[in-house]
Amino acid sequence: MYSEKVMDHFAHPRNVGEIENANAVGLVGNAKCGDIMKIYMDIQDNIIKDVKFKTFGCGAAIATSSMATEMVKGKTVEEALELTNKAVMEALDGLPAEKIHCSVLAEEAIRDAIEDYRKRQNA
Amino acid sequence: MSKSVYMDNNATTYLKKEVLDAMMPYYTDIYGNASSKFYAVGREAEQALYKLREKAAKLLGAANVNEIYFTGSGCEADNWAIKGVANAYKRKGNHIITSKIEHHAILGACEYLEKHGFEVTYLDVDEYGRVSPEAVEAAIKDNTVLISIMTANNEIGTIEPIKEIAEVAKKHKIVFHTDAVQAIGHMPINVRDLGVDMLSVSAHKFHGPKGVGLLYIKNGVRIDNLIHGGGQERGKRAATENLAGIAGLVKALEIAVENLDKNVEIMRDKRDKLIKGIQEKIPYCRLNGPVGDDRLCNNVNFSFQYVEGESILMMLDMNGVAASSGSACASGSLDPSHVLLAIGLPHEIAHGSLRLSVGEDTTDNDVDYIIEVLPPIIQRLRDMSPLYEDFLKGENK
Ligand SMILES: Cc1ncc(COP(=O)(O)O)c(C=O)c1O
Ligand SMILES: [Zn+2]
Repeated sequence: MYSEKVMDHFAHPRNVGEIENANAVGLVGNAKCGDIMKIYMDIQDNIIKDVKFKTFGCGAAIATSSMATEMVKGKTVEEALELTNKAVMEALDGLPAEKIHCSVLAEEAIRDAIEDYRKRQNA
Repeated sequence: MSKSVYMDNNATTYLKKEVLDAMMPYYTDIYGNASSKFYAVGREAEQALYKLREKAAKLLGAANVNEIYFTGSGCEADNWAIKGVANAYKRKGNHIITSKIEHHAILGACEYLEKHGFEVTYLDVDEYGRVSPEAVEAAIKDNTVLISIMTANNEIGTIEPIKEIAEVAKKHKIVFHTDAVQAIGHMPINVRDLGVDMLSVSAHKFHGPKGVGLLYIKNGVRIDNLIHGGGQERGKRAATENLAGIAGLVKALEIAVENLDKNVEIMRDKRDKLIKGIQEKIPYCRLNGPVGDDRLCNNVNFSFQYVEGESILMMLDMNGVAASSGSACASGSLDPSHVLLAIGLPHEIAHGSLRLSVGEDTTDNDVDYIIEVLPPIIQRLRDMSPLYEDFLKGENK
């Protein structure tokens, strides 16, 4: 059902955890639909120096969280905003059709975190 | 992966060797069509079919051999019972009573009928999944023609008060059907003791083959065909009989009935050890369904707070354990199991459910293995969960 890449990221998720003094935090999803993702970023000079996540959800949700954090690490804020759910799925060698909705979470969480970052910058 | 433990016997069971042996002759030697009476191999098939039907009737306690109708699955038996009776009694009334925790075969058939002018009452259940006979009686109206309540629930193992509900139905002269698919091989089933009018069975839940079931229909109950065509099954269900499958069903039934007491004792023991071990080792968990004798002897169902069911299944699979979950993601739908919602679980608790269903071959070793691998899996997923993080932060405040 899942590709080897998905299984690898599920079994060995990258960047799991919290960042204590994160200057960007995103939280999306809800318990009702069954997937929640929280993302922490440390953004310095417009670059995502570090990123960590916590996800409550299925295999697809955990694997996309892991892959998406890998893909934005070291990128500029603008580059991170360009990351699409499609690109994450492609990087994972695809997902079953009924799992696509679970994978949207990562893209949304990244946007949410960056929005939080910009709000803090303007405060 | 060395160790492999199958803990999904509520989903299906392996085919027993003795059952396969009982089936083989009908593929190779007695391959005739039971309707072809003008030559020997056809007559042999016809006679074999009669004997098998007679045996099934006896094993289920049916008064008459003609009350057993073989079908192509448990789902077909359920669909036939609901649609066939609803249509046959249409002139008398259009109201059906069932419960919120039935198998999708029953619920799907009822929803279909609702689109075609029938009215269906889906009864609530209590926190353990129990349907109350009083609620059934209270739901009866002048136009009620059918009541269908399952004997035992496939997700949380609730055994329903079928005898009492059958009495209510009899008192009001309403046809009563029960889906006993999960019950066979796990508790005594005798259609006359239970007092039911119709009862569904599926062979693959008790070490028989997949794709064969039966519907017990008490003489006197009127039922329309679901499958039209030839004159098989007394003209009630067309299709050349799956004689090998039927032989498998009957052999598996025979073995299940003969070994019932012994098997139930084994399964109860493994079930209770699993429940106890999990409760001792894993905090913040909830046993779904009843305890003790009101619970199917082979079913265990837990919710683990702050984690999602499909992830649990995937990690169990990496450890060689086959199990199932009522989470939305595990089923590919947007909602968690209707059964878990019906017993009042909030969505996030329903998403974290795990069903482990034992068999008579489950060993203490298997149980110990689950109790060894499951706690670190749950902990690992909790350490990854933002809900658990929130919970811990709340605790430390
Ligand atoms: C309670 C119940 N009813 C009906 C069925 C359907 O049986 P089958 O798989 O033979 O169609 C099942 C099995 O999934 C079941 O558990
Ligand atoms: Zn999901």
